[in-house]
Amino acid sequence: MRYAIYGLVVVLIVLHQDNWLWDDTRLIFGFMPITLLYQAGISIGAAIVWFLATKFAWPHHLEEIAQDSPAQETGETE
Amino acid sequence: MTQLVIIGIYLGMLLCLGLFSSRLFKGTSKDYMLASHSIGPFLLLMSIFGTTMTAFALVGSSGEAYKEGVGVYGMLASSSGIIHSLCFFLLGIKLWSWGHKHGYTTQIQFFRDRLESDRIGIILFPVLVGLVIPYLLIGVMASGVVISSITEGAFESSFAAYDYGIPPWLGSLVISMVVLIYVFFGGMRGTAWANTFQTVVFMILGVVTFVVISNKLGGLEAASNAVLEKNPSKLMRDVAPADRERYSERYTSWVTMAKYNYVTKVAKTLTLTPDQKEEAYQAFKPRMPNWQTKAQAVYAAKNKLYELTSEEINKAMLIQDDRVMPDPFPEKWKMGLMTHHDLKEYPRKANAEKEKSMLIFGGKIGHPEKDLDPNDPSKGKKWTIKKARGVYRASNWAPDAPHPMSKLVFLTYFFVPLSVGMFPHLFQHWLTARSAATFKLPVVAHPLFIMVVWVPCVLVGVWATSATLNGAPMFPPHFPANAVLAAMVKKMTSPVLAGFLTAGILAAIMSSLDSQFLCLGTMFTEDIVVHYGGKDRFTDQQVVLMARLFIILIVAITYGFSLLEPRRVFTLGVWCFSGFSSLFPIIFAAVYWKKLTKAGAYAGILVAIGSWLYLFREAGYALKPNYTFLGMMPVATMVVCSAVAMILVSLITKPPSKETMARFYPED
Repeated sequence: MRYAIYGLVVVLIVLHQDNWLWDDTRLIFGFMPITLLYQAGISIGAAIVWFLATKFAWPHHLEEIAQDSPAQETGETE
Repeated sequence: MTQLVIIGIYLGMLLCLGLFSSRLFKGTSKDYMLASHSIGPFLLLMSIFGTTMTAFALVGSSGEAYKEGVGVYGMLASSSGIIHSLCFFLLGIKLWSWGHKHGYTTQIQFFRDRLESDRIGIILFPVLVGLVIPYLLIGVMASGVVISSITEGAFESSFAAYDYGIPPWLGSLVISMVVLIYVFFGGMRGTAWANTFQTVVFMILGVVTFVVISNKLGGLEAASNAVLEKNPSKLMRDVAPADRERYSERYTSWVTMAKYNYVTKVAKTLTLTPDQKEEAYQAFKPRMPNWQTKAQAVYAAKNKLYELTSEEINKAMLIQDDRVMPDPFPEKWKMGLMTHHDLKEYPRKANAEKEKSMLIFGGKIGHPEKDLDPNDPSKGKKWTIKKARGVYRASNWAPDAPHPMSKLVFLTYFFVPLSVGMFPHLFQHWLTARSAATFKLPVVAHPLFIMVVWVPCVLVGVWATSATLNGAPMFPPHFPANAVLAAMVKKMTSPVLAGFLTAGILAAIMSSLDSQFLCLGTMFTEDIVVHYGGKDRFTDQQVVLMARLFIILIVAITYGFSLLEPRRVFTLGVWCFSGFSSLFPIIFAAVYWKKLTKAGAYAGILVAIGSWLYLFREAGYALKPNYTFLGMMPVATMVVCSAVAMILVSLITKPPSKETMARFYPED
């Protein structure tokens, strides 16, 4: 699953290079430049991919390694 | 004055927050530096986001969008949404677990262990501190500019040389002092709290700014349509034919003016008679101040009243654009004509704009609330020094040439956000996390938060290119990019709201400065004082004191730099980030490549910083905003060079010991 996530990240990077919108001045919804809207969509896409990463590719073993360590100290801030 | 009072109250609240969090301070250096690993998901998200979104995000993004258009968002915001979270995911969690396990506080401690090199700190410490300084400079410089712009006319008679507002040097000084005080009292715990509070403030006030400004511009549609009509290139990354034609006309007219000024003021071979001047005025439609000279220039050119050689025309253009005259004058420019691009290769004279604007418009300058002519209020108010300089630039300098955004430059901008992998202050923030799971929220929400802050800022910056106030353009050509956001806020909102919105902008700036200040102190004490001086030589209190003294020293150096010639916040930010990005291969390899050797890491660091210094110098120390190397962002070359050096040297040198490998990769 981890590799699928990396694959999605590569897809996002490829989609980010939106050469086809280079000279497009269209305003979507009457005010939003299409380039800006598209790139904002990339930001939303990134959030979705990273959400999937936390669900399906999270390195839980690192948590266990840290918990076993003597250096850990607890305190409450939140 | 209202704005000043609101800003003062806000800064007072921050100091109280620092004092309050100091009551929770456990008195140990570990609590001071890492808040005892107690930070939960929300505080981690807000402190990481607040730290990465500095003046660069608000002042820089709006200013850069004003200059370059909407493509700015794709260049750094959406790419950062992907790459920052990737770094949190790939590096942050892993480094947190090792930091937690082995008790690290700084990056250098990790590198020492991983590379089995006690002396890595000697090379890495000055490199990291040296790169943090331009990062601090962005915030210190921008805070002064913002406060100065917003408080213009606040005083009746003080600070006349600064348009009766707070001077930038004083604004920068006050902000630095406030951040220093709350960092000193609160340490990392205070910083995390202040960051969270300030991030909430600037996100909310950012949205309010956006709504207020768009309403003042006649609504979202009207604001964007004005850009479509007047500056369509700002809505895309290419140049619209209409903008190209407009520029061509303006440039031709500017060259005519330059030639006329040369023959009448430098060569003194032409003087129009009163009759000729009258004829010139009759045929000319007045537009900008100083239009009479333009009318004479057009008349003289049309009637072929002078003749100039190529050398003289080139000199005329250099003089008109306030460029330094090359000495000796290059042979090639004695024969052929310079293009606008050639012209820009010569730097502008440092004080020409300041001195000439005072000479021409000195009589109009005064308190912005007082009438130009007390007997005739219809003549308007007195000019600020900023306005006089703006009018001088607009009526004398060559028009800005529209330029498309290169696809290769856009692509290679992807290397810039890799910098978060090596930000020392972010490393420290990562270590404050309570658990690995704490990272989940920051990883997911970071791209969305970037979007919420950057989209409105980019739109406001683009709208500024075509905004009008009382029928006149709000920003004359060559308006300083750093001041766009503050000027929009001041001109388009009420004093009370302007005060709150400025507090929001300052919140974004301070929420980065605090982490950077704290991190510098931590690095100095942990990596230099304690490591080389001996662990038991100093008490915890002494360590904290030394951290504070070092922070003051670095802030003083940065403050000194902020008084020099200002750079575009965005350009300076990109150079700073590029330096950190060039070190990314080292941290990535240290985490994921077991064959990385000590010599390989040294080679990578030296090549990274060497290439950064060389290219930074070539770019005129950030004075050339559109500098590229091999047609790409310079950062691409730096990252590739450092990676190649690191890999090649690692492959031919002795790998780390089995003990070290077992320490970091026990699963093998």
